[in-house]
Amino acid sequence: MSNESVVDVKNLTVGYGDIVVLQNISFSVSSGEIFVILGGSGCGKSTLLKHMIGLYTPFRGDVLIFGESMVNSSEDEKRRLMRRFGVTYQGGALFGSLTVAENIALPLEEYTTKTPAEINEVVQQKLAVVNLDGFGNYMPSELSGGMRKRAGLARAMALDPTLLFFDEPSAGLDPITSAELDRLILRLREELGTTIVIVSHELDSIFTVADRAILLDKDTKGIAATGKPKELRDSSPNLWVREFLSRSKLKRDM
Amino acid sequence: MGSPARELVEKIGIASASVFRDMIEMVCFVGDLSKVSWRVLRKPSQLRWKETLYYMDMCGSQAVPIVLMICFLMGVILGFQAAVQMRKFGTELYVADLVGFSILKELGPLMVAMIATGRAGSAFAAEIGTMKVNDEISALETMGFAPSRFLVIPKLLAMVIVSPVLTVFGDVIGIVGGFVVGTTMLGLPLMAYYNRTVEVLYPMVFLLGMVKSVVFALIIAVIGCLRGFQAECNAQGVGRATTSAVVTSIFLIVIADAVLTIIFSLMGY
Repeated sequence: MSNESVVDVKNLTVGYGDIVVLQNISFSVSSGEIFVILGGSGCGKSTLLKHMIGLYTPFRGDVLIFGESMVNSSEDEKRRLMRRFGVTYQGGALFGSLTVAENIALPLEEYTTKTPAEINEVVQQKLAVVNLDGFGNYMPSELSGGMRKRAGLARAMALDPTLLFFDEPSAGLDPITSAELDRLILRLREELGTTIVIVSHELDSIFTVADRAILLDKDTKGIAATGKPKELRDSSPNLWVREFLSRSKLKRDM
Repeated sequence: MGSPARELVEKIGIASASVFRDMIEMVCFVGDLSKVSWRVLRKPSQLRWKETLYYMDMCGSQAVPIVLMICFLMGVILGFQAAVQMRKFGTELYVADLVGFSILKELGPLMVAMIATGRAGSAFAAEIGTMKVNDEISALETMGFAPSRFLVIPKLLAMVIVSPVLTVFGDVIGIVGGFVVGTTMLGLPLMAYYNRTVEVLYPMVFLLGMVKSVVFALIIAVIGCLRGFQAECNAQGVGRATTSAVVTSIFLIVIADAVLTIIFSLMGY
């Protein structure tokens, strides 16, 4: 793992309207790292992600992706930058009017000069990566929630990005599907060296996949802790952090 | 000053501010759309033909039966109402004038626009609103696409192409409706009614109706899409967006109709 940072969040202040959700946040994600943004409901982790991927403009601060600013670049530069990373949304966010294969083919048709046959080959390969061989001709509405998420991941990977963002990958999935997705995430990093940023609150999956995590605190509107999830759970000086990360353990003890 | 009066002033103020904000958003949306349209015009390969054809089918061919039905009945009603009045003066033949002019200049484009608002405008808002709820709009953006190129341009183009065509159908069948009343109820000779219609109508009347139908089509597509993009991210939000798309479209269509009618009459038509 090199130390070259892929994502740099610098003094970011974000919110909606007049409400500040997070204040003065700074962190960076290194190349090849699996980085998790943690936090309770309503602490602004999804908001933070949406600012990182350029959907919203922050109040203050900057987000650098591959060293280029998401905040201070023009619309066109931003669009060009966005093509270099993939985003997997909570519900998959597949386009309902297109089949799964057409969904995956869309960025390839628009951004590459590949022939239809070559595109089809890439589509089949991506479907195989997410274990959805044979589902190319299905409409998104015919798939289950977990399959839709995986299809969304296949689409996010269509242009072979070296950086992937996941919004709540395990939310709403059963434990087995969720574990499968975790393995898939680990495999992606292993085989392709992809840098992965995940927003989540599923503790089981975090301990499995995360190299490093930040824990967002609703009250201070900042980062409560940074580090390896296991180390944070066992030896963080902050009691709230330890409690947050070991809640499921407490439940089992009861 | 009493507090109810103050409350009233405050309410008016808040309402005006929200109308003003809405207008600004509308202008921004149209501005952004013009930019994207210009790009697509310069590079037509960027146009999503498949979607455009889909919407042409949805807003055009599938609307033909209802357009024919409504416009025919409008012609019949118009002819009937005119006949009742004109019979008193023994000027039955002028029913042809009234029906012809009203349908071509006004009711043809207007009825087609009303039908399209209900069918297409509401569908556009619901579709884009639902896509927003499902993060599909966000996905388009983070894939580096301008959402309006995918979601608005095809709808806009489809509407602008099919609306005048539908209006032609509506015009013809509307005049036929008047003709049916004229020849059956008033007992006018077939040829007399036909000759009178052909005699009084001139191409410009038809063209003005076409201009109106294009303007109405633009309003329906733009407002439908805008309301979809503005939808709040829940089921009720999509419902409200759809309602608002229809109400705003009808309102703006009537305003545009009035403005165009004044302009055309100032031009001497």
